[in-house]
Amino acid sequence: MGEGGGLGARVIFHIEGGPLDGLVITETACWAVIIAIGLIIFGIACTRKMGRYPKGAQALGELIVETVYKFVSDTMGKRNLSFAPYIGTLFLFLLFSNMLGLFGFRPVTADMNATFAMSVLVFFLIQINAIRSAGIGHYLKHFAEPYPFMVPIKILEEFTFPISLSFRLFGNILAGVIIVELAMEGLHAMSIETLHLPLPFLQIPVRLPLNLFFDLFEPVLQAFVFTMLTMSFIAKAIVTRPEIEGEGEGPDDGAEAAEGFSEEDLFESGADYSEVKGFGGREAG
Amino acid sequence: MDLSGITPQAFVLGLSALGAGLAMIAGIGIGLGQGIATGKALESIARQPEAKGDIMTTMFIGLAMTETSVIFALIVAIILLFANPLVGML
Repeated sequence: MGEGGGLGARVIFHIEGGPLDGLVITETACWAVIIAIGLIIFGIACTRKMGRYPKGAQALGELIVETVYKFVSDTMGKRNLSFAPYIGTLFLFLLFSNMLGLFGFRPVTADMNATFAMSVLVFFLIQINAIRSAGIGHYLKHFAEPYPFMVPIKILEEFTFPISLSFRLFGNILAGVIIVELAMEGLHAMSIETLHLPLPFLQIPVRLPLNLFFDLFEPVLQAFVFTMLTMSFIAKAIVTRPEIEGEGEGPDDGAEAAEGFSEEDLFESGADYSEVKGFGGREAG
Repeated sequence: MDLSGITPQAFVLGLSALGAGLAMIAGIGIGLGQGIATGKALESIARQPEAKGDIMTTMFIGLAMTETSVIFALIVAIILLFANPLVGML
């Protein structure tokens, strides 16, 4: 928590003079930059001496990359694998910035500015991909579906998703910070003023379980949820095109293949469908 | 009751604290909702243990979505307690 009893991040220094006069650099910004640099160094260290058979740092890096690619292809489909680097970076950054409380610092994501910046990024990613995959005409048309009078609600829906995404992360992490801080201060006062102990010994048994939940379990869960929701909403925005075309005339294989849908995808979706049908048949029989 | 000794600022702050407490009543709803969701997930895991991974993933996503409403309430409460905008309006 801040020095002045407030809840904001501590201010590290002010920039004076120059084009950025009056800019305030907080703890949040410093830690975000430090985590980003740490991840870059980790990436470089993992790929510096690459061999045919991975070992050491390269094996760890390959494990992470492989897991992320599998995760993305399971959630978004093989067609959207190009999002995997972004999703992986987002997950690792969120994981470490949520876990800073474990080392006694203020988590980066306990600052509204950080989470809101990330969700603005996600918002533009969703909108740009929706426009790119469906075309500007279909993109605008989907606001008026199923009924034209729902346009305001549909537009509102587009904006509430990133806002709730950022508030969810911010609220969860900040609540953790506040609860840990309150418990620590309460136990400090209790052991020094009530029991007249020389040191706040009562904090000892409480610190570890609180840290386990708020600095290990919750960060992993929140980072996972943030990336998962990002992935599913981007995938949902991209999927609109085949759905729109399916409603009109029959699907035109030639046109779809020419526009970037590979035959493999079509075959796969067909296979999935037959599997579902087969399963239903077995159930009935 | 003599209220003359209470400054307007103290009055607003006190009512803000009450409001923060009232906002967190939203916790009842989310507690019930998450309990039901987790119970159903446990039921389906008991029925189909091989689908545990999928059920757990979907459940966590669902729980996070459900949590949104109480997170909004929490933010209202935090703003009322630590960054009160009403005192400045006096």
